[in-house]
Amino acid sequence: MTAFGPLSVRLPSGHGTRRGVWARLARLPAWGLVLPSAALSAVGLLLVWSATRNEPDSTLPQRQALSVGIGFVLMWVVSRVDLRVLRAYVPVLYLLALAGLVAVLTPLGRTVNGSHAWIVLGDGLQFQPSEFAKAATVLALATVLGELRDGERRPGAGAVLLALGLAALPVGLIALQPDYGTALVFLALTIGMIAVSGARKRWFAALAAAGAAGLLLVWRLDLIQPYQLERLMVLADPDADPMGVGYNATQARIAIGSGGLLGKGLFHGEQTAGRFVPEQHTDFIFTVAGEELGFVGASCVILLMLALLWRGLWIAAKSPSPFGTAVAGGVVCWLAFQTFVNVGMTMGLLPIAGLPLPFVSYGGSATISSLAAVGLLAAVNRRTRTPA
Amino acid sequence: MRSSLHRGRLMLVFVVVTALMLTLLGRLWYLQIVTGPSYARAATESRVRSVVLPPVRGQILDVRGRPLVANETKPQVSVDYMALIHQPDGGKDVLTRLARALGRPYREIADRARLCAKDVPRPCWPGSPYQPIIVADDVSVRTALWIAERQDEFPGVSTALRPVRTYPLGSAAAHVLGYLQPPSPDDPAGGRELVGRDGLEAEYDRDLAGRTGIREVAVDSTGKVTGLIREEAAVAGDNLVTSIDARIQEVAERALARAVTAARKRGEPADSGAAVVLEAQTGRVTAIADYPTYDPSVWTGGISQREYEELPLVSAAVQGQWPPGSTWKVTSTAAAAKAGYSLRASYDCPGGYMIGGRVFHNFESADLGRMDMHRALVVSCDTIFYRFADEMWRRDGGLKPVKRPKDPMQTMAREFGFGTPTGVDLPYEAPGRVPDRAWKKANWERTRADSCRRAKTGYPEMSDRKRAAYLKALAADNCRSGGVWWAGDAANFSIGQGDVLVTPLQLARGYAALANGGTVFSPRIGKRIVRADGTVVRTITPPVVGKIDVSRKTLRFIRDALADVPRTGTAAGAFEGYAFKRLPVAGKTGTAEAYGRRDTSWFASFGPVKKPKYVVVVVVSQGGTGGTTAAPAAREIWEGIAALSHDDQKKPKKKDGRR
Repeated sequence: MTAFGPLSVRLPSGHGTRRGVWARLARLPAWGLVLPSAALSAVGLLLVWSATRNEPDSTLPQRQALSVGIGFVLMWVVSRVDLRVLRAYVPVLYLLALAGLVAVLTPLGRTVNGSHAWIVLGDGLQFQPSEFAKAATVLALATVLGELRDGERRPGAGAVLLALGLAALPVGLIALQPDYGTALVFLALTIGMIAVSGARKRWFAALAAAGAAGLLLVWRLDLIQPYQLERLMVLADPDADPMGVGYNATQARIAIGSGGLLGKGLFHGEQTAGRFVPEQHTDFIFTVAGEELGFVGASCVILLMLALLWRGLWIAAKSPSPFGTAVAGGVVCWLAFQTFVNVGMTMGLLPIAGLPLPFVSYGGSATISSLAAVGLLAAVNRRTRTPA
Repeated sequence: MRSSLHRGRLMLVFVVVTALMLTLLGRLWYLQIVTGPSYARAATESRVRSVVLPPVRGQILDVRGRPLVANETKPQVSVDYMALIHQPDGGKDVLTRLARALGRPYREIADRARLCAKDVPRPCWPGSPYQPIIVADDVSVRTALWIAERQDEFPGVSTALRPVRTYPLGSAAAHVLGYLQPPSPDDPAGGRELVGRDGLEAEYDRDLAGRTGIREVAVDSTGKVTGLIREEAAVAGDNLVTSIDARIQEVAERALARAVTAARKRGEPADSGAAVVLEAQTGRVTAIADYPTYDPSVWTGGISQREYEELPLVSAAVQGQWPPGSTWKVTSTAAAAKAGYSLRASYDCPGGYMIGGRVFHNFESADLGRMDMHRALVVSCDTIFYRFADEMWRRDGGLKPVKRPKDPMQTMAREFGFGTPTGVDLPYEAPGRVPDRAWKKANWERTRADSCRRAKTGYPEMSDRKRAAYLKALAADNCRSGGVWWAGDAANFSIGQGDVLVTPLQLARGYAALANGGTVFSPRIGKRIVRADGTVVRTITPPVVGKIDVSRKTLRFIRDALADVPRTGTAAGAFEGYAFKRLPVAGKTGTAEAYGRRDTSWFASFGPVKKPKYVVVVVVSQGGTGGTTAAPAAREIWEGIAALSHDDQKKPKKKDGRR
């Protein structure tokens, strides 16, 4: 596990020391986290810029830059928060997240791109409560699963059931939007956190059984929409209907495949310029990476993400508290699953699900919450480094 | 610090997370490195759209540059398939509005805008979905502009001006000009929409067509053009200047139509006809009129199968062949002169001449007394020619022909250019026929099986029993023996009856040879190929294909004889009151008989007599005698020519006067 170490920088302890700019910079949350997330955000900004260069609304890159800026500020703020203090506020955060998810279902909510996931606060100011609910749920589950009584090595049945219940609420609310992709991210991080918490293996068996039963229920009750079925079928045979449902998948694969080894160069992607791939600046941003940066650049995006995930797992492993481990594990599972589903769908590995690529896709809520999640990792890391 | 339990679980997550990312890397490698090249190709295909730029087709002009076929730009409405299917409702809304704007049913527009496939019936679009699909090509300029101005209401719909062929002179020379049709499937014609299929349009297709240009543009996913990749401009086709004089062409058509009408009034069927005007000294075609004809503008805007089948597409002047009747006597006279008969000697012209136990009659069996060949031509005596033919036939051995029969009349006919296509610059020309011993034998062998069958079965389908019985007897004869060139065949040949066939164009060039002193041309309608900027690409000269081997004196003798035909001979009635002083005309009537059909009416002429400039040939199938039907039409054409040359001579004088 020491393999994760070299990226981290030992941070000085204490506050308010004035040793110049470099010292203050050095106080930023762990470089092993900042570097990959900053690199991904920067690449994301460039790709959003490139993807929207023919878009009539030219302010999208600026808006994304603003989101990244806010995200990094929030990352820093979160990283400075004492975990024990944070933990005290978890119920409040969790309830706020739930309130947001409920509000989405009220007339306050708005549908964008077929997903009723947005709350509009004013002109141009809108956000997706489900993105922030991810962080809140991670914290809530970590609180429950990391609250080990003396002598306990693993959370008991009560804690696991409570965690499942806490996870089920946002999952249910998000499924009502409906946004099954995001709901799956919650499921993934829940399973991941239960695993990391050390709960008994039978819980996984039970979860798997419950999941199978749930799928069966969805199938039997005709809850699955025809378009979702089509998306699944397109995965099996991408050329079945290249002008209809298969269009996205086909065009995405053409854009990525045509990039080759070195890509066509940033701002030189012809498929990107022609906007052949719908949603290429949001959910399909990876196609721009694939076409313009080629295998070299696009694999760098994946490797940067892998570096971040490895660093997160290292932090989880080094955390002195089960709470910290659970938080870090949850964040890692969240980002890993979301990355895999997003990139997998653009390359035809998985059915199309409306999930953004963390740090890279255009989208304020997702960018800010992802960066805040990195802040959580940093906070856990800080606690590892500076025992209070 | 942490228990091994947590370490184990974290290790599990580590393995899973790493596996997921490596899966992505593997897939990325497969897409970009292993199958990358094929995706690169697919990307180019989806991104680059080739637009064929049709060139402007060259015009066909008359000898003075008046357009016979010109181009007119007509608006055309097309839709972009790719743009339509990316609309939420698949373009239904736009097409509905478009149909309303065009005043057409929605179904029609929608059907034209769909792609052809196995289970899609026509109409449908057979081309590429990346080409604009033409849904309407006869749109008014107003409607086209109305649609063009409302691009937001009609996304994916475009209007463009496309040149279509127009015919400023209406149906004039329709057969000569020809028409355009889409290329046949086995001849893609370089992506051209239309190719010349008949007439000059077909003959000079390569000159007129120009070169198709191509424009490759980059398009975005909605089909919007984002940039130009490559453009090869279309090169306009060259213009064809013909030797047709539109004014004489109009005169000829009018005269022919009038002759047909007049013949019908007299009770003749007059089912078809032609008038040909050639330049006697050069072999250029000045006018070719055909009857029946049609308005070539039917070709624009598409033509239905039924309309097509009803069109009279066969040109009587080039593809029609009839026995030439007495117009043929000029070749027979030349043949006789060459064979040693004196043209000035006196011959008897009895009412009938006995050949092989059968009497061959003069026209209306008239006994015209003694005369020289001049008079024989003027009054069109047949019996003198029967005698010549009979004697020549005997000299060749009669029924037991010598090894190399001289066949003076056939030889001379061939020298005049008969029996072979003239090689005029028009397609599908008929060759005519100069029958001789060999032909008769071959023809008999070809038809013998049928004759023997008919000898047995008879002609039960014929209502005329007498005729059926005659034909049955004839068939029995032909089954037993046949293929022998009788003296009677030679006699019929000498006066242009029987199995002789000529096209009006062949007869005209034969008379041109007579008029110009013996030069046989391959007539040409095209005169010059001229680029749009006026530079001459090439000049077309009618090639000389033969020289009549007969003395100039003989030809002059025949010409002089023919000069009296309209004055005092068989065409005197038709030319009564004609201003011979203004344009002296010489000619010969012809009345060709055919069993079961009315006579074919011919008049072949040239003028002015001393230095012939033009040859005029008129034929009306089943039109009566040459003097009553064809000669008046020829007279009308001559009068038209005289009036025009008078105008042409006056004009420069006026200019001189002003100076």
